[in-house]
Amino acid sequence: FYLTPPQVNSILKANEYSFKVPEFDGKNVSSVLGFDSNQLPANAPIEDRRSAATCLQTRGMLLGVFDGHAGCACAQAVSERLFYYIAVSLLPHETLLEIENAVESGRALLPILQWHKHPNDYFSKEASKLYFNSLRTYWQELIDLNSGETTDVREALINAFKRLDNDISLEAQVGDPNSFLNYLVLRVAFSGATACVAHVDGIDLHVANTGDSRAMLGVQEEDGSWSAVNLSYDHNAQNEREVERVKMEHPKSEEKSLVKQDRLLGLLMPFRAFGDVKFKWSIELQKRVVESGPDQLNDNEYTKFIPPNYFTPPYLTAEPEVIHHKLRPQDKFLVLATDGLWETMHRQDVARIVGEYLTGVHHQQPIAVGGYKVTLGQMHGLLTERRAKISSVFEDQNAATHLIRHAVGNNEFGTVDHERLSKMLSLPEELARMYRDDITIIVVQFNSRVIGAY
Amino acid sequence: AAGMFLRLLSDIQWRAAHPKWRRMTSSQRSTSTTAEPHPVALPAQAQVVICGGGVLGTSVAYHLSKMGWKDIVLLEQGRLAAGTTRFCAGIVSTARPVSIELKMAHYSNKLYQQLEQETGVQTGYMKTGSISLAQTQDRLISLKRIASSLNVMGIPCEIISPKKVLQLHPLINIHDLVGAMYVPEDALVSSANVSLALATAASRNGVQIHERTSVSHVTIQKGRVTGVETDRGRIQCEYFVNCAGQWAYELGHSGEEPVHIPLHACEHFYLLTHPLKEPLSSSLPTIVDPDGRIYIRNWQGGILSGGFEKNPKPLFTEGRNQLEIQNLQEDWDHFAPLLSGLLRRMPGLESLQIKQLVNCPESFTPDMRCIMGESPTARGYFVLAGMNSAGISYGGGAGKYLAEWIVNGYPSENVWPLDLKRFGTLQSSRTFLRHRVMEVMPLMYDLKVPRWDFQTGRQLRTSPLYDRLDAQGARWMEKHGFERVKYFVPPGNDLLDLDHSKTFYKPDWFDIVGSEVKCCKEAVCVIDMSSFTKFEISSTGDQALESLQYLFSNDLDVPVGHVVHTGMLNEKGGYENDCSIARLSKRSFFMISPTDQQVHCWAWLKNRLPDDSNLVLEDVTWKYTALNLIGPRAVDVLSELSYAPMTAEHFPSLFCKEMSVGYANGIRVMSITHTGEPGFVLYIPIEYALHVYNEVMNMGQKYGIRNAGYYALRSLRIEKFFAFWGQDLDAFTTPMECGREFQVKLDKGIEFLGQEVLLEQKQNGVYKRFTMFILEDHDTDMDLWPWWGEPIFRNGRYVGRTTSSAYSYTLERHVCLGFVHHFDEKTGEKLVVTTDFINQGEYEIDIAGQRFQAKAKLYPFSSLFTQRRRKDEVELSGYQRE
Repeated sequence: FYLTPPQVNSILKANEYSFKVPEFDGKNVSSVLGFDSNQLPANAPIEDRRSAATCLQTRGMLLGVFDGHAGCACAQAVSERLFYYIAVSLLPHETLLEIENAVESGRALLPILQWHKHPNDYFSKEASKLYFNSLRTYWQELIDLNSGETTDVREALINAFKRLDNDISLEAQVGDPNSFLNYLVLRVAFSGATACVAHVDGIDLHVANTGDSRAMLGVQEEDGSWSAVNLSYDHNAQNEREVERVKMEHPKSEEKSLVKQDRLLGLLMPFRAFGDVKFKWSIELQKRVVESGPDQLNDNEYTKFIPPNYFTPPYLTAEPEVIHHKLRPQDKFLVLATDGLWETMHRQDVARIVGEYLTGVHHQQPIAVGGYKVTLGQMHGLLTERRAKISSVFEDQNAATHLIRHAVGNNEFGTVDHERLSKMLSLPEELARMYRDDITIIVVQFNSRVIGAY
Repeated sequence: AAGMFLRLLSDIQWRAAHPKWRRMTSSQRSTSTTAEPHPVALPAQAQVVICGGGVLGTSVAYHLSKMGWKDIVLLEQGRLAAGTTRFCAGIVSTARPVSIELKMAHYSNKLYQQLEQETGVQTGYMKTGSISLAQTQDRLISLKRIASSLNVMGIPCEIISPKKVLQLHPLINIHDLVGAMYVPEDALVSSANVSLALATAASRNGVQIHERTSVSHVTIQKGRVTGVETDRGRIQCEYFVNCAGQWAYELGHSGEEPVHIPLHACEHFYLLTHPLKEPLSSSLPTIVDPDGRIYIRNWQGGILSGGFEKNPKPLFTEGRNQLEIQNLQEDWDHFAPLLSGLLRRMPGLESLQIKQLVNCPESFTPDMRCIMGESPTARGYFVLAGMNSAGISYGGGAGKYLAEWIVNGYPSENVWPLDLKRFGTLQSSRTFLRHRVMEVMPLMYDLKVPRWDFQTGRQLRTSPLYDRLDAQGARWMEKHGFERVKYFVPPGNDLLDLDHSKTFYKPDWFDIVGSEVKCCKEAVCVIDMSSFTKFEISSTGDQALESLQYLFSNDLDVPVGHVVHTGMLNEKGGYENDCSIARLSKRSFFMISPTDQQVHCWAWLKNRLPDDSNLVLEDVTWKYTALNLIGPRAVDVLSELSYAPMTAEHFPSLFCKEMSVGYANGIRVMSITHTGEPGFVLYIPIEYALHVYNEVMNMGQKYGIRNAGYYALRSLRIEKFFAFWGQDLDAFTTPMECGREFQVKLDKGIEFLGQEVLLEQKQNGVYKRFTMFILEDHDTDMDLWPWWGEPIFRNGRYVGRTTSSAYSYTLERHVCLGFVHHFDEKTGEKLVVTTDFINQGEYEIDIAGQRFQAKAKLYPFSSLFTQRRRKDEVELSGYQRE
């Protein structure tokens, strides 16, 4: 069947979200103007997640995309929890103490994060207490450790990633008396998720990446054209350094079986991920947990299945690679996206499409009559044409939506083909995954004026 | 265009040989050279220094010198007429909805017409006429209202058919028009040349003009202007006139004591074309197409067309200065909607060649009216600015009124709608101004229906009860930055969005207000009146009483606890303010005045109270929340809440007492209402406001209490013939003229301001009389509603205008209030208006050209005062404001 343009739009826009950094009368002192995000599901339900929040006790903004596999439980948990771990890792000792004292005496807690969520981005109510307790244990340890040093963002990011993955693993081993929660923590641990997270504070941009999502910077050259700068490395078989790393971590005897068909142990595409305890725990631990776990877990073939050639776990880590970048005025935007986008589009094209979208009107040269002979009618025609062009760009009010429209609907000439778009979006659920993956995109727009002033 | 302007500027080049500004005649012009003027030393002192050499500055100089003042210096930072004036479209149009603006424009037109003859400077004056087009019936109604106004002022004007439009202007597409208004005497001028002509005449009369001289700031000592500092030295002066256009705000803020002049610039665009193949006649009328947001005039055989776009571009919010306005960037994309409007109106112009898109900033004010008058804080500091793009239309008249103001102490017309003192510091925030002018500029051409409200710059001043009232369905309007309730929308009735209310006919709040009125009459309503201005005046001895006795016309030497309604009159006996004063103790008084009196009344009192540290005037507006309990059951509610008897024997009318209400003590209760209904006003220290409100509402439940808004109040006060200051009363109206003699104590034994005039009027009669009209053959559902400003006809002859109107739910008729004059049939001279003259006429009210029969009354219907507690209350409570 065939979707009309309004139907296509309603599908594309169903999950779009925009956030503008609040400004006072045209004055925004943040290096971030705001961001657009969107998701297009291929799996049902979608396994991607996204998060965005402003740190309230430290400066900076956190944005992340999370690509789940073997279910969405892990991606969901990471999308809820990771930013708290990062924020806590960044907090100075005094603030941690203050928070701990507040909890201790039952006073109101300082808010740590201000979330910027689409209504569909939900938080698990049932697990919040459990998650909170784990987080509290973490900050209590940080308080005890008090190194007295100022917090380094890179270190904070790495610590937060590792700690959260550790907590996910522990919670699954310990279990929970509440059967619902018990099943939940196991599902979280046995599924997996990649994470690509950006922390922007002034001109300091850190990207922490675990897995095969990607962060890309859109740079406007002096001649106005657009180019892309990678701010993350994919952790998969295409990344030689990553393959080397995995091989280094295991005995020579396993070299052949470690990476097969471009997959870790012949099974997993990303070489780093949260959860996925099947690639982390010893066989004994896995068996014990599954056996003592609820029936649903035992009925699941996937969880019971032990990867082949499983000799020296762990094979997988959640430790991110962190790239630090000092923002320059020509750095106009950052795209964080799951591999669903990058499979269909080259980063150069992504940079161009977003760049042209964001500059839209402004990029059109202003018209000046100068000494030319122009009639009112000609001018009117010209202006009407310009407006039509602008309005086509502004059919999307969201850069991420615009990008998805191109990713799904582009024909061989690089322009959006409505027929193709209609076909791709009307695929039945069971077929959709064969033609495309879940796509999740966050486009962060930078404030060049502020950045230039640093 | 640049060419034209360059030519025009070279007309006023100085000759190096002549160190002083000289008049330019055509013979001298030919000998002028392009040499820079030799700077002449500034005088060390002058009586008046005017800053700004645009049309307003030169007009003020012109009129001051005409009135015989010679010691005047005019300073211009760049060149004369080189700012906004230079780029002005030059349309002199009298089609203005506000009557004082209409008068200014009319005067300007007459002035410019003879200016060339007077000065020898070509002004390019051309009487082309103007045609305002209506694309909708509503627009036509608004044009008809203006046409009625123009006609009674003797300005020729007619409503014409689209066909007639085509006869007057062959290029116009008339297919979408429903009618138009033709004003044949509207004119075009070269505004720069008008300004130069005014400067020439002023200079001839002795005014010294210095170009390339900027004022850095004005010095003020002890609340008086003492001089100006310029980049070329200091000039001592008594009077300073700020005509700095869009820089007036900054100049006002440059000194140590800021003078707040709330205006903000916006970019303004117009298009110039080359001549048509067959050049347009220079006498072709100007077209104003407000629904298309554009105006079009003939210009050198081609056209000049601009407009007021929906998305204006404010600029200079942060106060960037520049010597002369450079031609700002042309922004064709921004102009595109206006260009579409132009080509739709004149499709034949498609092949016309563009000459230029001119971008010239204009300054706008928070209420679309210009700003004139004296600073409330610095005597001698006058302002004339913020013309909302009509500088050339107003220039002549505005300059005249301001000159009269400086010379005589007051202008010859009521200019309160334009008075700087209608604003305070609260309208001076740059953010507020930026947001407000973005609304104001498109409004220039938007349809203005009765009782529209600004949407921006709201929720600035609010009562502590704001959220409570809002949650109960309050719909808000704003006065002097204060949010006030219009009416309460009952739950489940959410039809009332703004667009529905946009009508000249019966509004959709009709029944809602009706039920509020009914409740005021039958049970009890509570209205939040916190916006009213409240002052306290106290002294150690008798200074307070003595001063007030001189400044107010009623006798204030009353027993403690009494409330007096009184006018604050000027030397001519006119109302500067109308207020209620309670005597709190022997030596202290509590004064309540209308909301927009906060700045004006303060300045009036400050300037006239003796300089005595033992006499204290304090603005306590912010300290009290005022709740008005209106209705026959108000007495029950209050006595239950206070455990005090509130009946007439214990708490007579016009009485004031501090008492407890609920838990809250120290509530100032006054037995006055603003409607003539029985009731009380509670002045509550703000921290108790919520408590008292809650108690009143809880206790009132069994008496059927409900919230009410100002629309109900207005209906009640108008049907009872209560005048209200700012609407019905002004500085040119005396108590004698509005039936308020009982509020004047001519024999109180103390001389008071305005007394002489009142005595004279008592003896010889008055020349206008405040009258109440009940519309007879007016169908509330079908006919246009009166608003205010409608002409009144007696026996077919024009005798005056209405000042306010409302539907009376009791009489089930519309009531209009207004002033009746007696013009001599032959000479037009004003004659004494007698009671017989009023009573013996057949009256008609003209609403947008349609006349309705009306019955005139000089006294209210006594039957309306059903719950009267004392016989004289009708008279005594003749006090009201909105």
